This record gives sequence, structure tokens and C-alpha cells, in this order.
Amino acid sequence: MSLPELHQRDRSWHPPAFAPDYKSSTTRAPRQALLSLRGTASELTGPTFGHGDIDPLDNDLLRNYAHTGDPIGERIIVHGRVLDENARPVQHTLVEIWQANAGGRYRHKKDSYLAPVDPNFGGCGRVLTDADGCYAFRTVKPGAYPWRNGVNSWRPAHIHFSVFGTAFAQRLITQMYFEGDQLIALCPIVNAVPDARAIEQLIAALDMNASVPLDSIAYRFDIVLRGHRATYFENRPEGG
Amino acid sequence: MVQKLQYLKETPSQTAGPFVHIGLAPGDAGFDIYRTELGRDIAGPEAQGTPITVTGQVIDGNGTPVTDVLIEVWQANAAGVFAGAGEVEPGFRGWGRVIPDFDSGVFRFETVKPGAVAGPDGRMMAPHITFWLVARGINVGLGTRMYFGDEAAANASDPVLGLIPEPPRRKTLIATAEGNRYHFDIRLQGDAETVFFDI
Repeated sequence: MSLPELHQRDRSWHPPAFAPDYKSSTTRAPRQALLSLRGTASELTGPTFGHGDIDPLDNDLLRNYAHTGDPIGERIIVHGRVLDENARPVQHTLVEIWQANAGGRYRHKKDSYLAPVDPNFGGCGRVLTDADGCYAFRTVKPGAYPWRNGVNSWRPAHIHFSVFGTAFAQRLITQMYFEGDQLIALCPIVNAVPDARAIEQLIAALDMNASVPLDSIAYRFDIVLRGHRATYFENRPEGG
Repeated sequence: MVQKLQYLKETPSQTAGPFVHIGLAPGDAGFDIYRTELGRDIAGPEAQGTPITVTGQVIDGNGTPVTDVLIEVWQANAAGVFAGAGEVEPGFRGWGRVIPDFDSGVFRFETVKPGAVAGPDGRMMAPHITFWLVARGINVGLGTRMYFGDEAAANASDPVLGLIPEPPRRKTLIATAEGNRYHFDIRLQGDAETVFFDI
């Protein structure tokens, strides 16, 4: 079986492994160069997920952990499309998100920030894109929070995103930021991305057209995964 | 001016951060929210082949175990077939999520030993499991492979191991075997640094 190969990842568009202003990268970045490997079946295949894997409410963070009422915070819709670099929709792919609550506190036993947890907010969601590559979540806008990097470092409000695509080599984890947040420019995790245009690609736009009047404000965040290489001429096998 | 190429740019990666478990393994973050967490059962109950247990640690540049890493694994079944690319046993997903113990950093997962898979040039690759690591401090997920210490002959002719220009570094991808238990430590930086791939 011949599997479609992927465009080479442009690693100058992604953050480098070693980004010293983001301190924890200094001991977790390989020193040796990555070894380039043309995709084999191990990288060009990947897991698939179906509606049996997830529940319909999994993409509604206002409801999926609501025990006694709604979570506190700014009600938002986050929606967009997952496309590949050829602008084709990535269909039926799993999109997972996680985030802090409106006060910047995560529901995680290792988070000791003094802002309180919200009893009605878990902070994670997941959904499959539809045939057009579209996805949507409903949630509360997360708050900024402090972290031990500089003495006074604060993460901008963000939502973590995890996306699969069809090949394991398309696997991507990133973070979505919100238009207009002044902490974006100060953040060493954001600024590990070397190109200002690449940073813009991580900032969701306020989308009044998708807002629900008297209910929720919307943000639009499109995600691009690696594209499949066109194969107009088959590669001749080595020695063939 | 030339015509513009109309390719989109891939969304830049960002670290998964310290609280990756909330989204991808909420049970490990300390709360139950989903009916099923994904990636807990790699091979399924009907998988053919040899059941194996894999343990290891991810170790940073100071020699300290990374306790907040999240590992995903992807493998073929015992016949060398990937789920989605051919017939596999019902329930065989071949994909899993592995979280180490928060104190010791030791991870452990159970699966079946994968079969050999053909490489792009038709030569067989030795049995291996593909790993993908994300964590705080890792800006772009790191990809590597685990090979099996009891497959010396297949490893010696593996076309991917053969790409590693320094033969001593090939050993960093080979798990030590003790019966059906394999131990695989991943060193992010420094001495005996694991080989990571740009795939």
C-alpha cells in the first residue's frame, strides 16, 4: 500500500526546542539535531476516532461538568475549521481542548494557584470535526494566571488544543490566544515562536457573526495541519 | 513578481504545559468527566500476538525524571498492520496515551509486540513502537521510536536505525528485554540523548 507523504514541516515557523526565555525548555530540549526521516507507514498512518468514542455533550464545557449550576465566567463559543496546508478540510478528526477557569485556575491536583476552582467547571472538551472540517465548543473565557518563570510572569488567557489529522506525523498540540490580550506580547511561550505572522496564527479573532445575542460571544480559530504532498510522478524505489 | 503559492502555513506548535492531563487524561488530573478516556487500551482484548509490558522514564538534561510528560504511542498489530490501513482484530486501536507516575516518573503500558512493517523502499523495518512526547518545556512534540532488545538481527538491518550516522546512538532507541517486559528510558538532553526524528 502506498501512503500519501506529507509536506516537510517548516521548523522555522514553529518554536525551536531550546527557547531560554521559557526556562523549562532549557533542560528539556535535545542538543542533537533531529534526524530527518521520510515518512514510513508508522508516521503516515494514525488513529481514527468515531462518535462511539465521545459523547454529544463533550464539546459543551458549560454543561459537561455542571453539578449545581452554570460555571462562572464570560460565556463564549470557540469555533473554526481544521484544514491542511492545501486548504482541504480535515474531516472527522478529533479536536481536544483544555483550559483554566475564568479565574485562571486549573482543575488539576498539581495547580496550587490561590484562585478558586469552579465547582461547575471541569475545563476540558472534545469533538470530531464534521465533513467540512468544522468544530465548535462552548465554554467560559479562561483567565490569565501566574507561573514561575520570571518573578512576575503571567500567561495570557489561552485554550490548549490537541489535533490529530490522519497521519501520526500531523499530530499537533498548540495554544489559542484571544484577540486584543495585551499579555500575548509579553509571554515567553508565545515569543518562542520566531515569526510574528506565525504568532498571529495562534490568536483567535472576535467573531460577532457567530455570537449568540444575549447569550455568548464567539471567537474563531482555524487550525492548519501539514498537507499531503502531490505525487504527479511516483518515486522510483531505491535500486528499482 | 511571480505567482503566489497558495499553501497555508501549519499552525505553530506550543507546549502542552504542565496541566496537559486535564484535557487528555482528566482521570490523572484528579477528576472524572468523560464516559471513556481515550488511549487507555492499546491492543484490545482480542489482539493476537505476544502480550508485553513496557516501562521506562523520560529524563531531562539534569538527569531528573520528567513527571509531567504525556506520551502517545502508535504501533502495528502482531501481523504488522496498522489500524485504519488494513484488517486488524476488533478493538485493536494501536494507539495509546501513557502517563508516568507523578512522583517517580515511571511510565508503564501493556500492549502486544508489533510485527515488522515495510519501509518506504519495501525493505522490512524491525518491530518498533512510535512514541510522541509532549510536556511543559517541550515546544514541539518530540517523535522517537522504541525498538526491541531481543530483535538484534532485525534491528541490525532496520532501514531507519541504519540512518543514524553514529552507531552508538542507535542503542538509544532499543529497549532492554527481560522476557516479555521491556524497559525504555528516553533522555531528552545530554549524555546518551535519545534520537528524535523530524518526520
